[in-house]
Amino acid sequence: MIEVVAVSKFYGDRVGVRDLTFTAGRGDVVGLLGPNGAGKTTTLRMLTGYLMPSRGTVRIAGADLWEAPLALRRQVGYLPDRPPLYRDMSVRGYVAYTATLRGVARAERRERVAAALALCGLSAVAERLIGHLSRGYQQRVGLAQAIVHDPALLVLDEPTAGLDPRQIHELRELIRRLGQERTVVLSSHILPEVSTLCNRVLILDGGRVLAADAPERLARSLPGAARYRARMAGEPAAVAAALGAVAGLAAEAQADGAWLLEAPAGAELRPALFYALAAAGLPLLELTPLRLSLEDVFLRLTTAEGGGGAGVAAGG
Amino acid sequence: MAARGWRPVAKVWAIARREWGAYFLSPVAWVVLGVFLLLTGCYFAASVLSTSQADLRPVLGFTAALLLFIAPALTTRLWSEELRQGTDELLYTAPVSTAQVVLGKFLGALAVLVLYLLLTGVYPLLLRAFARPDLRAAAAGFLGLLLLGAAALAAGLFASSLTESQVVAGVVGFGLLLLFWIAGWLGDVLPGWPAGAVRYLALLPHFDDFGKGVLDTSHVIYLVSLTGGFLFLTARRLEAARWR
Repeated sequence: MIEVVAVSKFYGDRVGVRDLTFTAGRGDVVGLLGPNGAGKTTTLRMLTGYLMPSRGTVRIAGADLWEAPLALRRQVGYLPDRPPLYRDMSVRGYVAYTATLRGVARAERRERVAAALALCGLSAVAERLIGHLSRGYQQRVGLAQAIVHDPALLVLDEPTAGLDPRQIHELRELIRRLGQERTVVLSSHILPEVSTLCNRVLILDGGRVLAADAPERLARSLPGAARYRARMAGEPAAVAAALGAVAGLAAEAQADGAWLLEAPAGAELRPALFYALAAAGLPLLELTPLRLSLEDVFLRLTTAEGGGGAGVAAGG
Repeated sequence: MAARGWRPVAKVWAIARREWGAYFLSPVAWVVLGVFLLLTGCYFAASVLSTSQADLRPVLGFTAALLLFIAPALTTRLWSEELRQGTDELLYTAPVSTAQVVLGKFLGALAVLVLYLLLTGVYPLLLRAFARPDLRAAAAGFLGLLLLGAAALAAGLFASSLTESQVVAGVVGFGLLLLFWIAGWLGDVLPGWPAGAVRYLALLPHFDDFGKGVLDTSHVIYLVSLTGGFLFLTARRLEAARWR
C-alpha cells in the first residue's frame, strides 16, 4: 500500500510537482503519463526517497518518508530512466552488491540474486561484464537490481525507452508479472503501453494531475460527442436521406461504405436513428460505439489551456 | 536480531570492497602505484647513496609531500564517477545512510593507500640488510604517513562530492591540499593572532615529528580531526543533494 499525500516539489520558483495525492495497493500498476517536463521523473524520485518533497509526504507499507526514510527505501525498488549500472562489474556481482545494499540477509542473498537473474532472463549472461552487454540486457540488469530484495513498490522510469520491439514486448510481460504481487508505478510517454500495462493512469502536465482513473474510464468520463460507426443495407443516397431526417445527427460516409455518426454530447439519438432507418426500409447491419482512445484523452487534456480537463475528477 | 545489528557494517564493507575492486579493474590504482613506487624508490636510492647513512627521514618527508599529489588522483572518481554514470540514484534510493556511503568509499580508498605504504615497507627492510636503521622511528613515520594520507584522501573525497567532472574534482582536491601545505608560509606573513591559527592548520609540520620517530598525540588529533571534518562535510554535501 503506497500513499502519496499532498506532495509538492519546487525548484526555486519553478514548480516540479504541485499537490499530488494518490494511493495504490498491491496488484496495482499505476502509469504516469505526461509530456516532457510534466513532473513524472520528479514524482518518481520522491517516491523512492531520491528527492525530498518541499511539502507533503509519502508512505510505503506504513513507513513515512520523513519519519523513517531508511525503512521506506527498503520497500522500494527503482529503475531510473538511465539504469544505474557499474559497467566494470559482472552481472551477478552487481546484483549481489545491490542486494547487500538493500539489506538482503547474507543467508538469503545467493538465492535472491539467482531468482532475480532467472526472472529477468539473465542467468546465461550472469558472469559477463555489464559494460559488454546490449542495451536491452542492460535494462534487464537494471530491473533485476530493482527487484532483488522483493520490494513492495517497484518504480520504473520510462522502462521501455530505447529498446527494440521484441525487447519491449518481453519487458512488458515481465512488468505485468511483477505487478501481480506488488505495486508498480511507471512513467511513460507511450500511450498504448500505458493503456495495456496499467490499471490506473495519472495524467500530469505542468506538475499537476489533470486526470486519474482507469484508462477505459478516463475516455468514458470525458465530456464530448458520442461517436458511432454504422453500416446499413441500401443505396447510399437513400441512407443519406434517412440519416438527414434524424435531428442533431452528423453523418459522414466512409470510403469502405460505412458511416461515421456523431451525436452531440449528452444526446441519445440511437432510438431516433432506428426508427428513421426502419421507416425508410434500410436494415441496420452494424452500430459500433467509438470510444475515445487514451491518446484522444491525453491530447484533449494536455492541450487545453489551463487544465481543460476540469470535467474529469482527479480522485480515483 | 544479532545478524541485523551487523547489516550497517555489512553495507559499509560492501561499498568499500566495490571501491577497492573498481580501483584495480581500472588502470588508476596501478598507474598511481607505479608512479608512487618509482618516485619514492628513486628518492630512497639517491638519499641513501649520497649520504651513506641508514636514515629513513628524507624518504619519509618526501613521501609525505608526494601523498598530497597522489591522494587526489585516487579520490577524484569516488563520487564524480557515480554522478556521471547515474549510479548515485542507486546509492540514494537504497536503505543506506550517507554516512555509510562516505565511510565505505573512504575505507576503499584508504585500503589502496595502505597497500602502497606496505609496499614502501621494503625500504626500511632493505636498509636493515646492510645497517641498523631506527625501525621504531620508521614505524612512527609510517603511522604518520597513514594519518596524513587519510586526511588527504578525505579532502579529495570531499572535492569529488562537489562535481560530476573528475578533472574539476582533481583540481579542487589538489588545490585544497596545497592550501593546507602553504598555510605555514601564510601564517609567517600574517600579523597578530590569526598567524598562529593559520600556522596550526599547515599540514606537513604535523607530520615532521612522526618522521623523527616522535608520537605526539596533538598531531594525531590534528590529522584525525581533519579527516573526520572532511568526511563530515562530504556526508553533508551528499545529503544536501536530496533537498535541491
